[in-house]
Amino acid sequence: MNETDIEPLADRGPFRFILNGLRDTGEVIFLLGDVIRELPRGLGKVPLVVQQMVAIGIGSMPLTVIVALFTGAVAAVQASYQFRDYVPMIYLGTVIGKSVVIELGPVLTALVVGGRVGASIAAELGTMRVTEQVDAMEAMGISPTRYLVVPRVVAATLMLPVLTIFADVVAIFGGYLVAVLTLDVSSHTFTSGLRLYFHLRDVFSGLIKSVFFGAIISMMGCYYGLRSEGGAEGVGVATTHAVVASCLLILIVDFLLASFLFRVLFA
Amino acid sequence: MPEPPIVIESVFKRLGTKQVLRGVDLSVAPGESVVIIGRSGTGKSVLLKHVVGLILPDAGTVRVDGVDVPTLGVADLLELRKQMGMLFQGGALFDSLTIGENVGLPLREHTDIDESQVELVVHEKLHLVGLEGVDDMRPSSLSGGMKKRAALARALALNPKIMLYDEPTTGLDPITADLINRLIRRLQERLGITSIAVTHDMRSAYHIADRIAMLHEGRIHAVGTPAEIQATADPAVRQFIEGSAEGPLLPT
Repeated sequence: MNETDIEPLADRGPFRFILNGLRDTGEVIFLLGDVIRELPRGLGKVPLVVQQMVAIGIGSMPLTVIVALFTGAVAAVQASYQFRDYVPMIYLGTVIGKSVVIELGPVLTALVVGGRVGASIAAELGTMRVTEQVDAMEAMGISPTRYLVVPRVVAATLMLPVLTIFADVVAIFGGYLVAVLTLDVSSHTFTSGLRLYFHLRDVFSGLIKSVFFGAIISMMGCYYGLRSEGGAEGVGVATTHAVVASCLLILIVDFLLASFLFRVLFA
Repeated sequence: MPEPPIVIESVFKRLGTKQVLRGVDLSVAPGESVVIIGRSGTGKSVLLKHVVGLILPDAGTVRVDGVDVPTLGVADLLELRKQMGMLFQGGALFDSLTIGENVGLPLREHTDIDESQVELVVHEKLHLVGLEGVDDMRPSSLSGGMKKRAALARALALNPKIMLYDEPTTGLDPITADLINRLIRRLQERLGITSIAVTHDMRSAYHIADRIAMLHEGRIHAVGTPAEIQATADPAVRQFIEGSAEGPLLPT
């Protein structure tokens, strides 16, 4: 057999998915290790971090606000429909407040920001990879992890909780507007319900989750971006992978964190 | 006798299913300019990237200044690379930075010199490659030749001892190509820079090379001075330098 005909194990049918999954997991862990090692020097690049905070945080604000407004609004419509004839409307504020700060705010914000920011990071770094800009950086003795990855991961990890706080407030406001304007619930009833059973730990649990979601979104964008190959098509594939992996990991980590926070920490 | 600055020994490399390099041996003496010629896809750029450690060999050694590149840790490798400059095929300028920022980046990252000094060096390097008044422009607004020259200025920013050029004149008009060739030659003659250039532009190869090495079928097929290469009777080399479709090298 010609030596060029040997097919790598990873390309053979049934092995492929398992091996690729294991490889990706391992490489992401290595990248995370690099990020942690380069963190002190990467944090020194304040202008780069600030630039990314603006792009990721402020850039995602309009999208986050619109998504949150409608999330709160639809939560009010759905909850009032299910409450009708069974549950007093004072609990409308309670259920909207709780579901928004614990789950809807952090998770929906992460999913939409994941789509926007994850894709943008993967496309930018992917283009840099296929046009040899990442190679050039390495050839210059500049670590791409320090210069490209750390600022993005730090910025996303810091900005996701901030976006989530905005999303929480706007979503509750959206629910309030629908309740007061269309569902015949008084302002007093809604806000009293909101205060009922309000626990600060619910808000914190949502924010803790959003920290992890920020790290996931930026890590997936950077990982798939930096390993893209083969020109425009490769960048497209990297972008898709980054967004799909972000969304899946957000939902999986959401479950794991919810289990830990509400069954162990706050139980 | 001290070891040559660049020594490549029995380097093998497979990329995907293709065995690209099959035992490459090449060494470059201090201040020497070696040009690697060969057809597209023969692994010339892959070989060049082995020298800076961007690609690691499957087998064999690559030593730069006596240091075995593949065995270096990340920090040592980054340190070694500061002594080398590499010009990439498409320039590889950072889109998000201006030309001035691109050229100044290695200085800002690796030296403590103050901002006014950085500006001075940036101007000096851009002047050296024949570019003026482009500091504040973005790479996207420059022509291919200007990008390549700006990238060359960036590669020279830290006054490297070793320069690697990946297709320095490909895609340039003949006049700009000649300017680049002269510049490469001048850097070598005046500053004693050791260099490897990869090209399939024979005009450029004759101009800048002390020695020409032809990469063919994953090995160094022939090495010689430009005069020796021009006079060779080897059919593969002859076919390549004459640019003929007929001969032992088949169309790919």
